[in-house]
Amino acid sequence: MKTLFLLCAWTGAALSAQDAFAQDFLIRGATLHTATAQGTLKNTDVLVRGGAIAAIGAAARGAAGVPVVEAQGKELTPGLFGGLTSLGLEEVSLESQTVDSTLNIKSPAWTQQWRPELDVSPAFNPRSTLVPVARIEGITWSVLAPASGDTIIGGQGAAVTLDGRYDAVLRGSGSLFITMGSAGAQLAGGTRAAEFMLLEQAIRETRAQGPIGEGALLHGAGREVMARYLSGGRVVFQVERAADILGVVGFARRNGMKPVIAGGSEAWVVAKELAQADVPVILDPLQDLPGDFDHLGASLSNAARLQRAGVRIAFSSGDSHNARLTRQLAGNAVAHGLPWDSALAAITANPADIFGLGATRGRIAVGQVADLVLWSSDPLEVTTLADQVWIAGRPVELRSRQTELRDRYLDKVKAHRYF
Amino acid sequence: MMLPSRVLLFLSTAFAVSLGLAAEPFPSTYQVPASPALLIQGAVVLTGTGERIDGADVLIENGRISAVGRALAAPAGARIVAAQGRWVTPGLIDIHSHLGVYASPATKGLDDGNEATNPNTANVWAEHSIWPQDPGFETALEGGVTTLQILPGSANLIGGRSVVVKNVDAVTYQAMKFPGAAYGLKMACGENPKRVYGEKNQAPSTRMGNVAGYRQAFADAQDYQQQWDKYRRDLAEYAKKKSDAASGGKKAKDKESGDKDLTAPTPPKRDLKLETLAEVLHGNIRVHMHCYRSDEMATMLDVADEFGFKIVAFHHAVEAYKIADRLAQKGVCAAMWADWWGFKMEAYDGIQENLPMVDYPDHSCAIVHSDSGDGIQRLNQEAAKAMAHGARAGLMVPPERAIRWLTLNPARSLGLEDRIGTLQAGKAADLVIWNGNPFSVYALAQQVFIDGALLFDRDHPAIKPRSDFLLGQPGEGAAL
Repeated sequence: MKTLFLLCAWTGAALSAQDAFAQDFLIRGATLHTATAQGTLKNTDVLVRGGAIAAIGAAARGAAGVPVVEAQGKELTPGLFGGLTSLGLEEVSLESQTVDSTLNIKSPAWTQQWRPELDVSPAFNPRSTLVPVARIEGITWSVLAPASGDTIIGGQGAAVTLDGRYDAVLRGSGSLFITMGSAGAQLAGGTRAAEFMLLEQAIRETRAQGPIGEGALLHGAGREVMARYLSGGRVVFQVERAADILGVVGFARRNGMKPVIAGGSEAWVVAKELAQADVPVILDPLQDLPGDFDHLGASLSNAARLQRAGVRIAFSSGDSHNARLTRQLAGNAVAHGLPWDSALAAITANPADIFGLGATRGRIAVGQVADLVLWSSDPLEVTTLADQVWIAGRPVELRSRQTELRDRYLDKVKAHRYF
Repeated sequence: MMLPSRVLLFLSTAFAVSLGLAAEPFPSTYQVPASPALLIQGAVVLTGTGERIDGADVLIENGRISAVGRALAAPAGARIVAAQGRWVTPGLIDIHSHLGVYASPATKGLDDGNEATNPNTANVWAEHSIWPQDPGFETALEGGVTTLQILPGSANLIGGRSVVVKNVDAVTYQAMKFPGAAYGLKMACGENPKRVYGEKNQAPSTRMGNVAGYRQAFADAQDYQQQWDKYRRDLAEYAKKKSDAASGGKKAKDKESGDKDLTAPTPPKRDLKLETLAEVLHGNIRVHMHCYRSDEMATMLDVADEFGFKIVAFHHAVEAYKIADRLAQKGVCAAMWADWWGFKMEAYDGIQENLPMVDYPDHSCAIVHSDSGDGIQRLNQEAAKAMAHGARAGLMVPPERAIRWLTLNPARSLGLEDRIGTLQAGKAADLVIWNGNPFSVYALAQQVFIDGALLFDRDHPAIKPRSDFLLGQPGEGAAL
């Protein structure tokens, strides 16, 4: 057996993700954080075949004739979730020609048109510089979340794999994004009550038979899309205040939607209700400032309290350029009371489950796609870095525009001390 | 080193003296609180001077560090803090904060950070916008931050005066104001000023417009300075003549013209913009400049040379790594984030090795700053991330050196390195006891002291400041 990949080689393997073909290989002697009920398995082997996890432990050990990666006890996790982002939908946030995350129809509130049929995934650019920046730090997938432009309806988004392929959308992950609370109120004519009023109108239009009169919110295509979400579709509501969270959950249930709470800085206040209704929350566990009157209850203990109440949680900062920092969110949640395994699940298995991908992503288990990261140490620690990343069994070249910049100037800095 | 009170008095009146004015307005009312002697025992101490001492004690008396070392004797009546397994560092210093001026909640009523009505608002002072009840101050304290520089925003070429405050619970900003700290002047390069004014179809709308704006402002300040210099010469001459006349030594035939000569000179009209800029030219106000791109930093170093002032620090210096040598040679600090990038064009070349690369040359001054009510709570983690990326690139920065990014180096940029930023005998007892190595995501500040007073104790929820704003709000009880 030969050792195929050099550990700690931050210049990375020679093949780019695009060119490399999935190869069978064995990762030997890793500390596996499985994000399953099995928890952490020490000194364990993982066999990857055809881009998927074929065997774990003793069953993997017998594999003959495949290249071996010696993990030497290092920690292996599933590929990480980058959060709800515009990864691949934006390059430079303030340069509008490089941003494809937001639809602006520019009509006033009372003549507004809703376009839930907008799906941002065709705008995804796998060659954006943001993609390798995230990928080389173990972020293997993210959910493209359209931002609200001038209506509360952001449109539809979906999960994408970040291995550089063009057909990156992960099937079954499509979701509708709606902005509620005070942010939505500004787009609904000034009151958060109008968010529900307009949603009710859209639902009536969707359920109406035949043509709708003037002043309709929805076009035909929009009605078709809304109909799908009214029969069990996943709707991600950006909402913060406890009262609004409960309002959204009740509204979604009454209308056949499957709600996901995003933001949820006061979710801990209604944790019991969320657990009973089995509604997941995608939160930023670092959010602790009363940034506005919807965030008065923001707290560093939000994640720990939700977990204790039995709510399924996932982490997202919403930051596309720094999607790589989801690990830091998880580590801080641990510092503030969340069990370590739950924190890892919040950036692996839980978001995969929330977006309908749990059968293939988010865990180290037989049959899962081989999105794997081998770390220099504790993966939730800020001083830990990814040593190797695989997406669907292919090694990721650990290079990005940022490592190119670093290498260009590093020699100059190292060349001499100046005094 | 303990500063005698007359030095403080001198410092606080330095501005007033240089313009011949009566006294410094808005004086600090901060008083060092009385606190018992305290001996912290058995900790890993990062002194901020570049030294790490394991199993060390820190003795605090009268609000100052009186000794750091192993097996110190406790003076009679001293409180003992057993700190085995804990780490002690100087209090953290953030030189780029908008707490209080861009307060939480971010309402229109509290939106006081940018006087974006003129590209040069050297006349405004950030302290007049500070809302001391901003809950961000207390969360920053829980992150170990003991001193902050509050700046105006970056909409303008010249945004106004900054102020250095101690992170103490207070009803007025004067009670937070760091006694004797020099003012700073906030200036801004690049996209923000040209965008804000370009969108209003007024100057500046380009980077060349920006530079013309700084240069004209300082040319005007030179002229103003000359008017005041002339006035002071005339005043001195007048005083001398008056004193000569009073002594009766003048010839009688000069009496008529002498009366005329004895008219006191009229001072120039005070111009608050030019007054601030003239103080920069005098070296009494320290220039802190928001500047992302390395080429613009180089341009500004030339502008400063042209007018004879010094830029003490470039803030948001995302591209500082490209000119790390030049910055070190010029003795200019670079204040940086660990990993912010790409949110605008001038931030596109941000890399995670910026801090260790800027830190590498001798005489460098690398600083971690926040510009964020969130980031300020975890400056230690920002440093930790940069340390890890530096190490992978072959730039090893041990904890005893990295702590300087958060303590001594920011103190240097504020001109306060003799008073805060290291744990040395005579310095203010601003310090943090961490529950472990602070360069870890799991580390939390356990206790935070300012001038020897315990202001935050994680084990005693009553020992922490609490903003008036949060009283009776749903957030109460949000802590675990």
